[in-house]
Amino acid sequence: MAAPFKSSAAPRWRWTRLLLYAFLLLFAIWYLTPVYIILMASFKSQAEAMQMQNMWLPPHILGFKSFQIAWFGSTEPPATLGLEQGFWNSVMLVIPATLISTFIGSINGYVLAKWKFRGADLIFTLMLFGMFLPYQSILIPLVMTYQNFAKFTGIQLFSTIPGLVVAHVIYGIPICTLIFRNYYAQLPTEMIEAARIDGANFFSVYRRILLPLSQPAFVVVVIWQFTSIWNDFLFGVTLANTPKVYPITVSLNNIAGSFHVPYNVQMAAALLTALPPLLLYIFLGRYFIRGLMAGSLKG
Amino acid sequence: MSSTFESAAGVAVVNMPKKRWWRRQNWERIVSILILMPSIIALAIFIYAFIGWTGFISLTAWNSSVPDFTFVGLKNYARLFVGGSTDMIRFHYDIRNEVGFLILFVGGCIIIGFLLATLLDRKIRGESIFRSIFLFPMAISFIVTGVAWRWILTPGTQETGWVGINLLLTNLGLDHLRSAWFTDPTVLYIQPTTPLGQFLGSIGLGALAAPDFGYAVAMTSIVIAAGWQMSGYTMALYLAGIRSIPDELREAARIDGASEWGVYRYIIIPLLRPVTLTVVVILAHIALKIFDLVYSMTGGVSAGFATDVPALNMWKTTFDGTQFAQGASIAIILLLMVGVLIVPYLVWQTRQEAQ
Amino acid sequence: MAKFKWIYAFVALAMLLALLPIGSVNAAPTNALACAKTYTVSAGDTLSAISDKEYGDIKAYWPIMAGTNLMNKEDASFARVENPDSIEVGWKLCIPSADDAKAFLAQFPGPNTPAGVSMLFGKGAKGQLIVASWWTNGGEFAGLNEMFKMFKQQNPDVEIVNAAIAGGAGTNFKGQLLSQLLGGVAPDTFQLHAGWEADTYDPGTLIVNVDDVYKRNNLEAVFPPTLLKMLKFKDHYWGVPVNIHRSNVLWYNKALFEKAGITAAPATWDEFFAAADKLKAAGIQPVALGGKDGFELQHTFEGILAGSMTADEYAGLWTGATSWKSPKVAQALETFKKYLTYANADHDALTWAAATQLLIDGKAAMNIMGDWANGQFVAANFTNYGWEPVPGSKGTYVALSDSFALPAKAPNPDNANLWLDLAGSRPAQEAFNKLKGSICARTDCDYSTYNAYLQSAAKDWQVDSIVPSVTHGAAAKPSWAKAYTDAITLFGTSGDVAATQAALAQAAADAGYPQ
Repeated sequence: MAAPFKSSAAPRWRWTRLLLYAFLLLFAIWYLTPVYIILMASFKSQAEAMQMQNMWLPPHILGFKSFQIAWFGSTEPPATLGLEQGFWNSVMLVIPATLISTFIGSINGYVLAKWKFRGADLIFTLMLFGMFLPYQSILIPLVMTYQNFAKFTGIQLFSTIPGLVVAHVIYGIPICTLIFRNYYAQLPTEMIEAARIDGANFFSVYRRILLPLSQPAFVVVVIWQFTSIWNDFLFGVTLANTPKVYPITVSLNNIAGSFHVPYNVQMAAALLTALPPLLLYIFLGRYFIRGLMAGSLKG
Repeated sequence: MSSTFESAAGVAVVNMPKKRWWRRQNWERIVSILILMPSIIALAIFIYAFIGWTGFISLTAWNSSVPDFTFVGLKNYARLFVGGSTDMIRFHYDIRNEVGFLILFVGGCIIIGFLLATLLDRKIRGESIFRSIFLFPMAISFIVTGVAWRWILTPGTQETGWVGINLLLTNLGLDHLRSAWFTDPTVLYIQPTTPLGQFLGSIGLGALAAPDFGYAVAMTSIVIAAGWQMSGYTMALYLAGIRSIPDELREAARIDGASEWGVYRYIIIPLLRPVTLTVVVILAHIALKIFDLVYSMTGGVSAGFATDVPALNMWKTTFDGTQFAQGASIAIILLLMVGVLIVPYLVWQTRQEAQ
Repeated sequence: MAKFKWIYAFVALAMLLALLPIGSVNAAPTNALACAKTYTVSAGDTLSAISDKEYGDIKAYWPIMAGTNLMNKEDASFARVENPDSIEVGWKLCIPSADDAKAFLAQFPGPNTPAGVSMLFGKGAKGQLIVASWWTNGGEFAGLNEMFKMFKQQNPDVEIVNAAIAGGAGTNFKGQLLSQLLGGVAPDTFQLHAGWEADTYDPGTLIVNVDDVYKRNNLEAVFPPTLLKMLKFKDHYWGVPVNIHRSNVLWYNKALFEKAGITAAPATWDEFFAAADKLKAAGIQPVALGGKDGFELQHTFEGILAGSMTADEYAGLWTGATSWKSPKVAQALETFKKYLTYANADHDALTWAAATQLLIDGKAAMNIMGDWANGQFVAANFTNYGWEPVPGSKGTYVALSDSFALPAKAPNPDNANLWLDLAGSRPAQEAFNKLKGSICARTDCDYSTYNAYLQSAAKDWQVDSIVPSVTHGAAAKPSWAKAYTDAITLFGTSGDVAATQAALAQAAADAGYPQ
């Protein structure tokens, strides 16, 4: 009687399998709901977006007017400032800040992982605390320092893009250092010792041995820093609040936080703001997970 | 990758004169410390000196737009805890909301993240698509999340028309599932008249049976939005953890006759303990720091501060009320809350590595 | 490392995306005077005679002078006219079209003002003008743009930078601006509610007084005395007001009133609640309320408070003359509590504009909101609405006024002064307020093209007692305003009259007015 037993087992296996997929799909729907609602609203016309009872329905006519208004702004009703300037400010901010903090993190990580000196662990731990720091607790002095920096040094940090870059680099050091240090720590030290005996010095070990092997850590750190700097609101809103400087999240809040802007424009603005990091995840997400799996975030 | 290491180690030829090697190392040791120095100095100032500075401000009378560094002791702190002022009530609510949020957000993310990770580990077709879908919210700004979820969770009313999720539920005939979401003023707490409340009263803990020690239902909406954003990240961490467990271990357990459940119960979950700890610490500190999301979703003022959190209160007090010293005191308390959680973890982590 | 090309690809993609020509919104027109034709001066010509011939007006020679000087800068064959009374034979003049000339004259503040000089000679003002406000959208943004247009016309060489930050009633704006001013990165001028809000910026230190602007434009003669009193803070003027809004207005949907059989707008609270009951019985949501931005409840209560006592008593709450322990305050809280029971349950999810939209859509009948709601009615082409002062507050005008202030560290103070001159002028106020949906701060505006509500508000403004709004920055310093706001937010759910009254009294005491 083995045959009937077998045939009944197979469908049972498929049934649980089906349940598994159904479950995953259910969650996928949950994750995609906001995207759906943003997409539906942003392609609608203003009149259609105002009809709340149809908010879950797709637009009758596909329109791009809301994107145009969200991007360029408009002086006619619904009059509003656009995202354009904020977008470019964010680009100007995020690229140098990400590259600089990644580089600093990498070299710090190298020192802390492979050149341990007395007290290195303590310094590392003190650095790590910065990762968990609630920024509210340093906000007032930070703003005061930025405000008065020019008085003493002649360098304007407050309300400038370089000033924002400095803040993001400094507060990004802990996380960048952590990821690189943990990544380098798991590379065998014997390899470095061998190279040193071959005559490699401090810098050439880094350049010739560690750097070529660092790619997974670099990808993780770059993605991490890019998204967190792009998405930052607190520093943008406190340290850079003239439109020449303010980042895209502040621009978005100017649009979505106001009363007069219809939902279709608000949602289009939200979509445009979310797009760059989203694309990064779509194209590089698997490297991010691979980086996680390589243990580089284990700490 | 490991093969690269081995071959690099394989060419080790030990024939360098020892003396020169050591001299060089001393020089390089100095270089390595010098390289670390700018970061150390920057962080010493921007983190530790600034914390001290904030602490100092919190002890002064600077509660208007004009700086006033008169020392007033712990007055600003006292105002948050006792005295019955509006500031005190709001701060008590903040702490209550924060604790409720912390527990539900961290717990929810761990359950969902672990569940999704185990499901995805079962050789799913289209795994990378699912993974991308679960992970993408992490890439999005809390401001965007807040804007989207505020719209989805706007309740509407019977008279003026249902909106968002409530509209969907009504159309699906699930009327009883409708909720006031983030506008719900309900606070769940132990009523003093119930047996438990009376028991607490009898042992001198009657103060616990009060709205200050309850759960504000409106916070659930913030939990949903924040969980949407961070549960995928939790999934990714768990998935990475599960995949790093050697297949042989599981196979061995299966051969020993363990059921699928047994494999998880006795092999996987214990081995994932360090991951869980990391997840708890990361999520908990995000929960304590939460600001942007609440700011853009409810501004914290919904339903009598039912969604207010300390970080937002600090911001409003400092920059709206121009009460810098009061704001600084909230910031320091927030820091202490994070510290209580993080410092033991960091110490433990350092000890573990030293071993 | 090869995989890094993804990052570059992404950056390139992001840039491409930004360059996508989705379409372009027309930039603000510069409205420089264009020459319709040229004219060569012959013996016996005067500018008056030429303007009479061209425009039929012997006094309309200013646009010719301005147009010629403007052309002279680019093309030296055109003359430069320093004095309109002396022109020489052989000069080449630029004659703008009649329409351009008319538009120019409408803007022209006279030859002896700084703005006038810069219009005539197209010189002087250069560089930037950084204007900070919380007007990022809607009618107020359109109104601001209209003023920008006028400024540009007068000062074509100045680049205007709009440094706006959004937020209900300026909630985000004020803190950020304060931090800017403390940091020495000031705009040239910024939006300031007349009254106590000036205290936020440490008047005399971060902002300088604008008494000179008042003097040279003779503004004390054109603003009503009650407004001047509100504007004067520590014996100086700190801002030039452009408009007046009224905060204590009850709006209602006439069609819904008819449907429920309500014949007259409620003038007392008894009538109000009777009407609300009728609406409820007819299945209509009686009251629309917002709450999302944390000022709407406070705003409503302020109106009720003003309706529960005389104008002097209400004003006295903010000067220590009236005690917050007064039974009238308790009465106002009771009324407010009852009012809330008629409001939509989801009010905390709605902005004031969404609540106003309920009125427009016929989903709710009444709403207490400032008269910026009128701007929304107009924008939505909705006309079937009525208005009344909040019950009990007839004769009391709870006012707020947007003004422009001058930071001590304004990078272009000369341009800022030109802006303040413009802000106080009649043409600017008429153009701005029509779009913003408010009335002029000046008393000499022409309201003939304004809608019915604004005309009635302008009338009330002349006769009512003017008192300051706390929710909108006029009545109390920021820390007191925040304490008031928090107490009312708590009241919204607790409904605890005694505790709230105690908290309000404590807030007054903390602000230096022992009860």
